[in-house]
Amino acid sequence: MNAIPSSGAIDCDIHPSVPSIDALLPYMADHWRDTIVQRGVHELETIAYPKNAPLTARPDWRPEKGLPASTLAAVQSQALDPFATSIAICNCLYGVQLLMSEDMAAAFANAVNSWMATEFLDRDPRLRASIVIPTQNVEMAVAEIERWADDKRFVSVLMLVMDENPLGRRLYWPIYAAAAKHGMPICVHAGSAYKHPVTSVGWPSYYSEDYAAQSPAFHNMVSSFICEGVFAKYPDLKVVLAESGFTWLPAHLWRLTKFWRGLRAEIPWVDRTPTEIARDHFRLTLQPVDAPPDAKAFETLMEHMGSDEMLLFSTDYPHHQFDGDAVLPVGLSPELARKIMVDNPKNTYPRLQ
Amino acid sequence: MPKYVVAPVEDIPPGGRKLVEVRGRPIVIFNLDGEFFGMLDRCPHQGGSLCEGHLVGLVEASQPGEYKFSRQNEIVRCPWHGWEFDIRTGQSMCEPDRIKATQYDVDVAPGDAVSEGPYVAETFDVTIEEKYVVVEV
Amino acid sequence: MNIQVLNRPSDSAKNKAKMAIADCDIHPSPKSMEIEIYPFLEKRWQDYLESYGFIYRQGFPNGPAFPKGQPDAARRDSYPPNGAKPGADLDFMRAQHLDPNNVQLGILNPLKSGQGLQNGDFAGAYCRAVNHWQIAEWTSKEPRLKASVMVPFEDGVTSAKEIDHWAGDPNFAQVLLLSRTAEPLGQRKYWPIYEAACRANLPVGIHAFGYGGTPVTGGGWPSFYIEEMVGHAENTQSLLASMVFEGVFERFPTLKVILIEAGFAWLPALKWRLDKIWERNRAEIPHVTRPPSELIREHVWLTTQPMEEPEPKEQLLDTIGWIGWDKLLFATDYPHWDFDDPARALPVKIDKATKEDFFLNNALDLFGLR
Repeated sequence: MNAIPSSGAIDCDIHPSVPSIDALLPYMADHWRDTIVQRGVHELETIAYPKNAPLTARPDWRPEKGLPASTLAAVQSQALDPFATSIAICNCLYGVQLLMSEDMAAAFANAVNSWMATEFLDRDPRLRASIVIPTQNVEMAVAEIERWADDKRFVSVLMLVMDENPLGRRLYWPIYAAAAKHGMPICVHAGSAYKHPVTSVGWPSYYSEDYAAQSPAFHNMVSSFICEGVFAKYPDLKVVLAESGFTWLPAHLWRLTKFWRGLRAEIPWVDRTPTEIARDHFRLTLQPVDAPPDAKAFETLMEHMGSDEMLLFSTDYPHHQFDGDAVLPVGLSPELARKIMVDNPKNTYPRLQ
Repeated sequence: MPKYVVAPVEDIPPGGRKLVEVRGRPIVIFNLDGEFFGMLDRCPHQGGSLCEGHLVGLVEASQPGEYKFSRQNEIVRCPWHGWEFDIRTGQSMCEPDRIKATQYDVDVAPGDAVSEGPYVAETFDVTIEEKYVVVEV
Repeated sequence: MNIQVLNRPSDSAKNKAKMAIADCDIHPSPKSMEIEIYPFLEKRWQDYLESYGFIYRQGFPNGPAFPKGQPDAARRDSYPPNGAKPGADLDFMRAQHLDPNNVQLGILNPLKSGQGLQNGDFAGAYCRAVNHWQIAEWTSKEPRLKASVMVPFEDGVTSAKEIDHWAGDPNFAQVLLLSRTAEPLGQRKYWPIYEAACRANLPVGIHAFGYGGTPVTGGGWPSFYIEEMVGHAENTQSLLASMVFEGVFERFPTLKVILIEAGFAWLPALKWRLDKIWERNRAEIPHVTRPPSELIREHVWLTTQPMEEPEPKEQLLDTIGWIGWDKLLFATDYPHWDFDDPARALPVKIDKATKEDFFLNNALDLFGLR
């Protein structure tokens, strides 16, 4: 791909997979290691990415045996090398946030982070990761962040876009305080803890609806962060919206800003337009691009975005969002490509610098 | 700019308001504790009549969860979409630097000064003993 | 003193849209339950109502789950001088809205109609009463207004019967549902409604609000009214995805759906997303034989209120270009506070023919009234 700058792209969203629950056992305390085996605790794969569904992995990224993206070799040869990627940020989607027991969730979160550090970060200097946290218990989540904060290869904190409460709510703020303190953005990724019906109008019949519902979930999440005043409280915090589709953002901000002008007094700490707040604090990963393969449409959408600093390059490996190496949208200028692939990620993740 | 006599002051008691028309413009006059302020009666958003809006206080916050309340009844909310305007300055509360209701200078003049001129009061009978609200348009 | 003072109705009369318009979202209310609704409600339901009230899937019987920004969510200037509630007095509605705004066609969407009540039998009885009431108090007195067939949508079979009952009655222009239902609206329990609407040749309007029983976002309950309001767009997006992927438009090829009061600028991004998902997941949804964007273009219209306000405002032209000017139906949402004034709401200049379609002809064509 001739668009890649010589310094190499920074891929802000790849998904190494936990190959099996057994792979996590070595990283767990005795009690948990024993319990998981003794109780027959199942794999924490989730319905957000059914194992063999077409979106979950591109056919050429599916191995003969085992899960896609579950070995270092696969990640290197499929995600990093073909795109001349200099740095890739790993967002592990093992379903830790779905568990009901906070204690079990905390154990799994720590095991996943330890596994990531040892199996991936230790073995390829190009790799970075988001800290997986047990959102079921905010104190435990903060403790997990503190545990990894000194390891600069952990560059952000991972949350799912749909959890038990809208993510802007105050109960989650200690997480944001910890992230801001340590110079890490929050990476809010598509997916649900499935504590509520995955669409806001009830449980769907089809996976297709679940995946469609991720987009409106991001819109609501943006509203929540802004209206609750998270950025008034944490002015240095940035939030990365990963795998959101991003083309929905301008229309959503038009709507949110319009309502805010008349309802300002309900949320008086929002002292400038939601559009301005969003441009300062939200960043969005590139894949998937919810737009037609049309250079003119893409150019118009970028005008509507009103900022060339918001997009972050990503492949969303191994999810099937594009074919071959056609990861960049048609019509992207080399200047904008460079911003998306290098400058914007560096400016979003302080620990990359 | 010419000054127009629009009402005797007792027509607009403190806390009250009156809608007048001057040179084809609908103007709402507010009395805040004896001081008079005038605004074009069209919200800069979609033209809603500010005269029909309710008066509210100013709600500010220096941090989330804080609701600092002051200046009761000095802010008018457009009856349509609820945009808030500071009656004293015309500024909107949402974007005070960018969005404003058009303001007019309003004064009070005694009857004897008014009858001498140069005030315009075409259909007015003015008496020397009264005081009058005067708008500059 | 002979001071010229402007009289009511409000100043928009001076700036009135000269051209005739269709308003596809007007909210009438009864002046008095006892006088206007009870005549159409059996005594047993009057007694029930007086003992138990309206019990929805939300905790407050006499107020919304999220308190509004203004009382009754109404424009502050829409209270009739005789003390009735906003939208309850036909004469005042004529004087303040229908006449000065030259409303040639107004579609009534009465919101408190018993839809979504926990007690399904009461919901059916109340919807029937409201349907009679719309004729008695509104459409029989004002030919510019058309009513909506209110149905107890959680009971598809009873809803179909209600639609069959009114089919062919020229007082009614559409069937009305709400957006927040117990299950997404594409699901089969609602299919008898679509079947009956097609039989009756009535479009199905889906208006924002309702209490289906799920949190108003897929990630739980937000704190603020503004989030609920903005979130109507998101709920509507999910119900639309449901209708597409359940194959409602394949199954009911003559069905027409109107998405009311959820805005519209979100549609292009959603269509693009649904197309990509469809291409990738054909094996899951083989009954959806055409791209979602095509199905939406053929079957779905959207009312314009609350119109989004981009800056610069010309960006709205891009968005409407992606949707199609012929898919939009002008609406004011009178007498609610987020009302769009026809003289001022569209922030961009368009040619006369497009303007006439946008403000009137699209609706006349859709409702078969041209």
